Amino acid sequence: MADIVLDKVTKKYPDGTTAVHEIDLEIADGEFIILVGPSGCGKSTTLNMIAGLEDISSGELRIAGERVNDKAPKDRDIAMVFQSYALYPNMTVGENMAFPLKLAKMPKAEIDKKVAEAAKVLELTEYLNRKPANLSGGQRQRVAMGRAIVRSPKAFLMDEPLSNLDAKLRVQMRTQVSRLQKQLNTTTVYVTHDQTEAMTLGDRVVVMRGGYIQQVGDPQTLYDNPHNLFVAGFIGSPSMNFLPATVEESKLRTPLGDLPLGDRVRRALSGADAPRQVILGIRPEHFEDARLIEEHQRAKGFEFTAPVDLVESMGSDKYVYLTVEGEHAVAADLEDLAADAGGADLPPQDNLVTRLSAESRVRDGADARVWMNLDKIHLFDPRDGHNLTLHEGQAAGVNAA
Amino acid sequence: MAVETTSAKVKWGLLDALVVVFALIPVLWIVSLSFKTAATLTDGNFIPREWTWDNYKLIFQTDQFVRALVNSIGIALISTVIAVVLGTMAAYAISRLDFPGKKALVGVSLLIAMFPQVSLVSPLFNIERNLGIFDTWLGLILPYITFALPLAIYTLSAFFKQIPWDLEKAAKMDGATQGEAFRKVIAPLAAPGVFTTAILVFIFCWNDFLFAISLTSTEQSRTVPVALSFFTGASQFEDPTGAISAAAVVITIPIILFVLFFQRRIVAGLTSGAVKG
Amino acid sequence: MTVVSRQKAASPEAAVPSRRAGLSEGKKQERRLGWLLCAPAALVMVAVTAYPILYSIWLSLQRYDLKFPENREFIGLANYATVLTNNYWWTAFGVTMLITVISVAVELVLGMGLALIMHRTIIGRGLVRTSALIPYGIVTVVAAFSWRYAWTPGTGYLANLFSPEGAPLTERASALAIIIFAEIWKTTPFMALLLMAGLALVPDDLLKAASMDGASWWQRFTKVMLPVMKPAILVALLFRTLDAFRIFDNIYVLSAGANETSSVSMIAYNNLMKGLNLGIGSTMSVLIFLTVAIIAFIFVKLFGTAAPGSDDVDGRR
Repeated sequence: MADIVLDKVTKKYPDGTTAVHEIDLEIADGEFIILVGPSGCGKSTTLNMIAGLEDISSGELRIAGERVNDKAPKDRDIAMVFQSYALYPNMTVGENMAFPLKLAKMPKAEIDKKVAEAAKVLELTEYLNRKPANLSGGQRQRVAMGRAIVRSPKAFLMDEPLSNLDAKLRVQMRTQVSRLQKQLNTTTVYVTHDQTEAMTLGDRVVVMRGGYIQQVGDPQTLYDNPHNLFVAGFIGSPSMNFLPATVEESKLRTPLGDLPLGDRVRRALSGADAPRQVILGIRPEHFEDARLIEEHQRAKGFEFTAPVDLVESMGSDKYVYLTVEGEHAVAADLEDLAADAGGADLPPQDNLVTRLSAESRVRDGADARVWMNLDKIHLFDPRDGHNLTLHEGQAAGVNAA
Repeated sequence: MAVETTSAKVKWGLLDALVVVFALIPVLWIVSLSFKTAATLTDGNFIPREWTWDNYKLIFQTDQFVRALVNSIGIALISTVIAVVLGTMAAYAISRLDFPGKKALVGVSLLIAMFPQVSLVSPLFNIERNLGIFDTWLGLILPYITFALPLAIYTLSAFFKQIPWDLEKAAKMDGATQGEAFRKVIAPLAAPGVFTTAILVFIFCWNDFLFAISLTSTEQSRTVPVALSFFTGASQFEDPTGAISAAAVVITIPIILFVLFFQRRIVAGLTSGAVKG
Repeated sequence: MTVVSRQKAASPEAAVPSRRAGLSEGKKQERRLGWLLCAPAALVMVAVTAYPILYSIWLSLQRYDLKFPENREFIGLANYATVLTNNYWWTAFGVTMLITVISVAVELVLGMGLALIMHRTIIGRGLVRTSALIPYGIVTVVAAFSWRYAWTPGTGYLANLFSPEGAPLTERASALAIIIFAEIWKTTPFMALLLMAGLALVPDDLLKAASMDGASWWQRFTKVMLPVMKPAILVALLFRTLDAFRIFDNIYVLSAGANETSSVSMIAYNNLMKGLNLGIGSTMSVLIFLTVAIIAFIFVKLFGTAAPGSDDVDGRR
């Protein structure tokens, strides 16, 4: 077990492209940390550099206080679980799990004991003599985990280990991975492009984009206080709604109507360089059917009427898609997000996604009277995407990142 | 497509039969000739009227054939081993490593695969005479390796590319050195591809006629295909037809065995090597 | 390991990553290993082909007859003039072209049929594939002898069947037909295997979608399968064209080049072995080499055949 420190770690390829820009990250001993971001954000490269599978162009990587830049993967004492599982097809499950121990020249009896233990933990005992080809996806995934844990390494690296599983199995395995990590209390770096995995698994989440860290924090902080448009849009499902807005006197002019400026927002916009054009962000759950709002809450929010495009009833709540006329929010961050979601191919959405109580009686095609919580709105600067509504302490973090 | 009606089965059966007959008739004919007696050799019957082993006994009693057979086997085996070893090294580098000059090597092998072999015959004839390797095993092994290498490199690269790259990384993470990763993880997975390539290369060397007839002049290094063409009119055979047929059948046996036992591998090797590269 | 770390220590962390410094120790090692592994194969291939072809260009510029070695002298392009104004050469060239074009065209059609049969047959797939591999694997000379005896008057079942009076191998037209036939028999399976690899790339769903859209069998073949298979077809055609152009074994055994049935390979060989004329033989070698290069060039330029093994092929899929 060990802590891992990345000190201005950079990956530059011979063709001149830089995949990872001077990343600083301190991973505490026993911590479960998630690297998340769209494809090409540098998360896998970062993981491979920690593993020693890719060279570090500049900067320093320390594991348990020791500089390991020049150590071969085998000398770093860390285990890795691959997306493809990378099980040796010519070896049985037992031999796969025993392989790292055999290479470490461990006595046979001890190997057998360790493999048996790991197999028991992962419920693989009855499959030990099978070849990987004869296992289901979930079983293969567990063998890959088993091969990593038998060695009791200093750290686990996991490269999208669940993305080859079907949705249901993925949820099951997610809890198992989480339980296993807590049980073993081994430092774990986990790479994924799935924000749900990132939110549910990690102690802390590192959001990356284009080789830069966007924000580091525990899942709730990322969700409540995103540093910028990218993090705001990337974390959360369905994503945050973004609307163009103009600051005027004491009002915020939006396609939904003119919103009053609360103290919090007014303070955020008081800076000399504060823009007039901003992007308003609000999460789906911060809307409610106006008829279900109690009087004392009504004052905190803003009510508007919009035609209902579609209602999706989830049982516990309803997702209501409202049609909003007017312009779309435009910012580089949003384009990146759309590209990641494959949204670049879709026509621009005129929809506002809201999550209303199940008791709401809004219907397709009718107009709905909807309330939104002004306490929860975020305003972003469209020029650089940064969140204007973070209070000072949080805003300081933006500059550091 | 999944509907297997009787008429579809009959249709496919007939087509299959046609292919089988078309492919086998010339082979059966030469087998038939090899078993004919001298008296019935020229009767033109597809099936021998009288069967005899005489032709086989005859060829195995002559030095000319036995020596050629030894040459053929020796030269083809040595060439195969060397070509496969060199090809494996190069193919591993091409499919796994990143280094400048890789494209050039692939290009050169492609050029050689298309090279008109006859263009080499004149210069090699003279060069080998000057070097004193004309009419020796080495004199044939060299061009065989050269022309077998592109085949070996293509086929093997295709096989190597199918081995998941992650496995080598996984082995390194599991504590293996580069050498251990190769020996314990990659080599066992590559073995079938290497074996298939060896068969293809052997068939290539075994088949060659142009180099063998141009770069040899005596029994010392003549291979069977060349010896066959010299049976014609050779004094110890009155009518060489039976002897040639018997010798032809003998050198066809290894091919038939390969095809029978390794059909699947040969098909995989040829298709992957030639198209998928 | 110590060596590596010492070298590492000697070169301080590249603060200014230039292109050169961007290459880490691991990358350099990878390069060295790559070169080391490829060197033997590359050396053999270049030594046995590049040097001789250059040497043969040199020889082709000389009068060099092994029967009169004392007359050896540099004569420039005179050999080329001799060969290119010679009727034998052009006859052989025509014969080679004829054999190449007809056999490759017929093989393409038969090979496609065979590929479809091997790919789609519902019964006896193993048997068909095994049988089809026999012509591919069999020694060309053996097959050629089989055809020769089959067409030898008296001895052969085919001669007795089709031309009881004549001797087909001694007449130019029939001899060429037999040579082409033997060539087709031998190499159709190879063509079929290459095409089968292309067929395997046609997604089943695409064919199903086409049938749902109302495409007939022929439309599915021409509109769906052929376009997907195009790269495989072109590679197969290129390989077989160049291979057919080198035809030698079949002619040597079947007609020995008599009655103007020689290919260019045949006459180059004869010039060398029977005529012992290195100058003229080398000239022909160079001319054949050039022709093959031109054919390959035309294929690549005209049809955009991607070289097998090049990354483009993989990328396009």
